[in-house]
Amino acid sequence: MGSSRSSLRGVPDGQQLLQETGCEPERSGRLGWFCLGLRSEDLEAELSENPIGDRIVGAFFQPGQETVDFPSFVRVLAHFRPTEKNWTRDGVQPEPANSRNRKLKFAFQLYDQDRDGKISRTELLQVLREMLGLQVTEEQLQSIAERAIQEADLDRDDAICFDEFRKSLEKVDIDHKMSVRFLE
Amino acid sequence: MAALWPLLLLLSQHLWACLALTLPDEPHDGPPSVGFDASHVGPSVDLPGALRVFSLDYHHVQAPFEIVLWIMLASLAKLGFHWSGRVPAVVPESCVLIMVGLLVGGVIYGVRHSAPPTLSADAFFLFLLPPIVLDAGYFLPGRLFFENLGTILWYAVLGTLWNVVGIGLSLYGVCLLVPDSLGDISLLHCLLFGSLIAAVDPVAVLSVFQEMHVNEQLHILVFGESLLNDAVTVVLYKLFESFLRLPSVTGLDVLVGGCRLIVVGLGGFFVGLFFGLVAALTSRFTSRAQVIAPLFVFLYSYLSYLTSEMLHFSGITAIVTCAVTMKQYVEANVSERSNTSIQYFLKMWSSVSETLIFVFLGVSTIQDIHMWSWPFVCSTLLLCLVWRATGVLLLTAVVNKLRRNAVTFRDQFIIAYGGLRGAICFSLVFLIDDFPKKRLFITTTIVVILFTVFVQGMTIKPLVELLDVKRKKRALPTVSEEIHSRLLDHLLSGIEDVVGYWGQHYWKDRFEQFNKKYLRRFLIGEHHQARSSILRVYQELERRDQQGDEEAPPPVDPRPGGRPLLPEEMDSIRRILSRNLQNFNKKQTPAYSRHTLHQDATAKTALHRHQSLPERHTCNRSTLCPQRAEGEFSKSYRGRARLSRSHTVCSASPRRSEPPDSVDPTALNPTLPSDPEPAEEQRSPLHRAPIETATKKQLSFVLESETRQ
Repeated sequence: MGSSRSSLRGVPDGQQLLQETGCEPERSGRLGWFCLGLRSEDLEAELSENPIGDRIVGAFFQPGQETVDFPSFVRVLAHFRPTEKNWTRDGVQPEPANSRNRKLKFAFQLYDQDRDGKISRTELLQVLREMLGLQVTEEQLQSIAERAIQEADLDRDDAICFDEFRKSLEKVDIDHKMSVRFLE
Repeated sequence: MAALWPLLLLLSQHLWACLALTLPDEPHDGPPSVGFDASHVGPSVDLPGALRVFSLDYHHVQAPFEIVLWIMLASLAKLGFHWSGRVPAVVPESCVLIMVGLLVGGVIYGVRHSAPPTLSADAFFLFLLPPIVLDAGYFLPGRLFFENLGTILWYAVLGTLWNVVGIGLSLYGVCLLVPDSLGDISLLHCLLFGSLIAAVDPVAVLSVFQEMHVNEQLHILVFGESLLNDAVTVVLYKLFESFLRLPSVTGLDVLVGGCRLIVVGLGGFFVGLFFGLVAALTSRFTSRAQVIAPLFVFLYSYLSYLTSEMLHFSGITAIVTCAVTMKQYVEANVSERSNTSIQYFLKMWSSVSETLIFVFLGVSTIQDIHMWSWPFVCSTLLLCLVWRATGVLLLTAVVNKLRRNAVTFRDQFIIAYGGLRGAICFSLVFLIDDFPKKRLFITTTIVVILFTVFVQGMTIKPLVELLDVKRKKRALPTVSEEIHSRLLDHLLSGIEDVVGYWGQHYWKDRFEQFNKKYLRRFLIGEHHQARSSILRVYQELERRDQQGDEEAPPPVDPRPGGRPLLPEEMDSIRRILSRNLQNFNKKQTPAYSRHTLHQDATAKTALHRHQSLPERHTCNRSTLCPQRAEGEFSKSYRGRARLSRSHTVCSASPRRSEPPDSVDPTALNPTLPSDPEPAEEQRSPLHRAPIETATKKQLSFVLESETRQ
């Protein structure tokens, strides 16, 4: 995808989008114009080599939609803005898209395709299969998935809910890892 | 401390041995010989024309004997250090070793009234430095290093330039201020001195920082900088030295010098890359002669170092590049034991080298040829500190704008304070062409080294704790952490792809694809699987669990109480196992596990143990289970039963209470319930499930043997 100059005028609800996502108008506008009416095939072409490409593509599209429009696109990308260090949690403003929690939620949803709030063993296995591909045997995959679930699953329901997911990643610097500097 | 006394006794005996053997010596002035003394022939009784019963011919074995004695002295000192109670907590090892060296040097001087042997530059650069740098390069945390490579290069190149120019010019200013004693030191001399004193030494940094456990980013910044500034140091040193020999210096020469910097750095890099790839390729073919596989690693690395020294490139860069390049391919190609050998040998050699270097630094301090000058020495010390601090501050201010993870002020302070000088400066100063004030330079260098190692080395640990610098996370990674991290990597590279941003993940992804498509196929033998990091972490954790490693995270709890297995789970397990049984010849990596039934990996372990029959009796209880299923499954059922019987006899496990004779193929199933193993409700649905064919009988036998204990 290239980038091109565009102004906020062409973007519907530009101001509101800015407020919601924090993305700068010119910057997001640059990405914007070609995203109108983007279809999944276009995105897939970019991500064909990525093991979880189809999941990423799926994350852009709201369930049931065939195309993604600019605001949705920006909303998704807003998750990857670097976190501001001095954002404090006050009950008034809604949590910004790039807070640690929202980033984790986005990652969680990549696993949880059926949106039931838990990563079941099968879902984990699917992701593992995609990532590890032909390197491992089925049995090893099962063992790895088993161990992962046992490590993370605290309430013994054989699935990983969002809190357990968050807990297992508490040592990882998500703010750093899930940021693309371009989106400042 | 009681254990220290025999060691001290040994040490002192050793000292006397050294002295006695070097005693009848011709006095020699001026520094380096070939590193060690030339001593005369020892005593020998000379009976005219008669055969001697006992004779001593020291001259014959002199050189290797002395070398071994010195190495032994250094190693005993290191041993003593670790046994000496509270000392290791306060004083870093390098300090103690230098003190031992000082002691030995002092004793030798006192006895012989002449300078003790000094560390020759050749011995240092050709023999003592390469193992340390190779060890550092081989165990370099690759991912962290490349993520921070920009910052590291920034500090290494620009920081060193800043320091060199700053120290050189200010020293010249000091010399101008004190013209009576320092007047004959020219600007070029000052710059030359600056170039060798400004360089941070990897040996000293490594020895101090590895006891400190600061957070990895800080460690890699300081350490990476100390490794990579060698290129700059080498270039500047040789540049100024050649300038000193030229009648005059023109602007063109300076420009040539600048080009040389690039050539030296890149030259070292490419030499290392070449040898690394060749080593990786060679290791692909070592499967039939596994014993010498580690040798290739060492030979190729050393060759890369020597080649780049020959071409006047940066040897350290070459050897580090070589090690980093070949590591992943070599690890995949050679056997587990060879890998362990490589790692242990590297650690051992680098440890010995480091110890020797510090001891010799101490010994070489005792010299006749010191020349002291208060203004020069003190100003050098001060300027080193000041220029390093300002350099780090300025550079970090700039680089923080480009980094995601800013370098905090505390980290900056540690980077500045951790700029220790070491043996590289020492050797370089000896190599200067002789001029009137050379002895002053030598003395000053020694003082700076001793100051940085002792004062800065000893105080940096309390400072780290005082400033509450972020420390290293001690815990092992968990498998889920690894899985999620990898997912995030893929996610980020996908997002960067979508956005069109060529960020870090993009390049990393590109490199990985290139690696997989071309390099790995070419450099790794067909039989060796590519292993994802997830798999590696998992296998490492399993291995630790099995060995009862204390450091491992608590083994995942087998579900308490255990819910009874549902029939469909049983089916899937059976399916997996049958597939396993058919394919067992093709399986490669055993994955040890003593956990739940779902981890049928135990079946695989069984199949590997098939080859290691003699080790049967040494296996612990957790892996005894697979042995009952050991042996060819193609054998008759009774045959296997026999095998298991013999197993139960010699394994002597308290839980195996089945009487040896009662094992009977047809009765196997019914005897299972009579097995008095408690709380095995998982097994009850087992034998109740319809098991008709012989294959399934075998399976149930296997399953029964794999139940959790």
